[in-house]
Amino acid sequence: MKVDLPTPTFGGGYDGQARPRMGFFTDTSVCIGCKACEVACKEWNLVPQDGPLSLSANSYDNTMALGASTWRHVAFVEQQRGDQGLRWLMSSDVCKHCSSAACLEVCPTGALFRTEFGTVVVQPDICNGCGYCVPACPFGVIERREEDGRAFKCTLCYDRLRDGLEPACAKACPTDSIQFGELDELRARAERRVATLQEAGVAEARLYLEDEADGIGGAGAFFLLLDDPEVYGLPPDPVSTTRDLPTLWRAAALAAGTLAAAVAVAFAGGRR
Amino acid sequence: MSAAGGDRRDGDRRGRRVRGSMVPEAEFRSYYGRPIIKEPAWTWEVPWYFFAGGLAGASASLGLGARLAGNHRLARAAWTVAGAGGTAGVPLLVSDLGRPERFLYMLRMFKVTSPLSVGSWVLAAMGPAAVGAVVSDRLGIFPRLGRAAEVAAGLLGPALATYTGTLVADTAVPVWHEAGRELPFVFAGSAAASAGAAAVLLAPPGDAGPARRLVLAGALLELGAAQAMEHRLGELGEPYHQGPAGRLARLAKACTAAGAGLVAAGGRRRRGVAAAGAALVLAGSACERWAVYKAGFQSARDPKYIVGPQRARMAARQSEQIEP
Repeated sequence: MKVDLPTPTFGGGYDGQARPRMGFFTDTSVCIGCKACEVACKEWNLVPQDGPLSLSANSYDNTMALGASTWRHVAFVEQQRGDQGLRWLMSSDVCKHCSSAACLEVCPTGALFRTEFGTVVVQPDICNGCGYCVPACPFGVIERREEDGRAFKCTLCYDRLRDGLEPACAKACPTDSIQFGELDELRARAERRVATLQEAGVAEARLYLEDEADGIGGAGAFFLLLDDPEVYGLPPDPVSTTRDLPTLWRAAALAAGTLAAAVAVAFAGGRR
Repeated sequence: MSAAGGDRRDGDRRGRRVRGSMVPEAEFRSYYGRPIIKEPAWTWEVPWYFFAGGLAGASASLGLGARLAGNHRLARAAWTVAGAGGTAGVPLLVSDLGRPERFLYMLRMFKVTSPLSVGSWVLAAMGPAAVGAVVSDRLGIFPRLGRAAEVAAGLLGPALATYTGTLVADTAVPVWHEAGRELPFVFAGSAAASAGAAAVLLAPPGDAGPARRLVLAGALLELGAAQAMEHRLGELGEPYHQGPAGRLARLAKACTAAGAGLVAAGGRRRRGVAAAGAALVLAGSACERWAVYKAGFQSARDPKYIVGPQRARMAARQSEQIEP
């Protein structure tokens, strides 16, 4: 059974202090793979080095995935397309700030919370490093930094937002591939951009995670892609695991009842 | 596969049959074969916590049942195990934290959307109750408080034994999430078998009849639920047939089945045989949790377990739209 949870999180608990929901629209059709977003993110947020320097041999991608110390990640896809030659796909990935955020929902301490901007942020002074958010995320974004013990991910530059600034990655992006703004406005802009591209003959242009009816209730950070999501390392149809919780809890209750019944039956035969 | 991300997987991978499955492996695309979701950050403490929690929870129920049936020697054995298991669960849970000194933050709030939050509260209530029951019984102090603690712990026990199945199911790991309806039953059976086995080892054979029957019931439930789980998972259940999880799953089945058989054969007359069987059942129960734990890592590591089923789901949705 699936339940459609409303997205009660936006504005809730802020007593009129809530702000419009802010997000990213990443238009990968104009990404040039400069990685300025990765660098700006690292510098602004003081994110440490993510392991020893090494070359992956997978095109120009040497960070390979989002993680505790990689909050922006630029993917490089090389495609041989017959007589059209080589095609480059570049895409800057980031935490999706889901409407139904599994990481936030499974967090037992409340360290993960929904900000007044509708973004999902870890409070480092609360996180006790239980690691539950790590396998809960359908995108593999959040991760425990082993030398530190706590979980880390993109904060959508919460500190900058509170001061009226745009996130460091969007600020640094030279082609406006990363666009920051009010989510409603970004969605309208993205629709126009897809239409423009398709008119220009780019039939494969599509939006990813912009739909509030999808398995995560739509994302605060959504994308314009030029191929299937899995080609960029993204799940094609992500669903927040907590949407199935009624079924899961019912199974646990039934199993607990079965266990109690098994014990009761064991005593039916007497002492010997 | 070819190194260039986005290229179709090589043709020779298409149509290859997965061992233990009649469904041909679907062709899928990926980013350099990289995982899509993260492997859990958990370490060896977690499967042992599942085992200790299950043992403690089911032992508490067995102890309460024995007390109500007036079988006080069996009750003493079961409560000893419940107290020990509940006590062991706490350091196991704490030492797995990235910041163990913050373990009390687990009780900052109560969240039904977080099985770990619910479970922490159950453990926080059931552990001390079980220990209190043991202390009261052994020292003969505060008998009424001791009995109240037994009732509380005995009723919470099944929750402690089964919530861990929901804990792993409430993740994006396919082999765990898609088995969410069966995992609590696998854990319940495994817990019942282990609690019965521990009581067979500790209680006088003449009093341990209910414990031996619990071993049999638990083993049947564990084996049956594991079978149902693998059936439901189909192709997604591949990790239970491969690598470390495959070896552990086979070992769990063999130990549990053989151990339960020996416990039944040993009965109350051949104590050595029953004890050997009980030890095997305990080993089988531990292997079962380790198999589930390891399967999750194998499942998270390979993007085919994510892309294939999600693509199938999208295709099903689309065909529904075309012909409603």
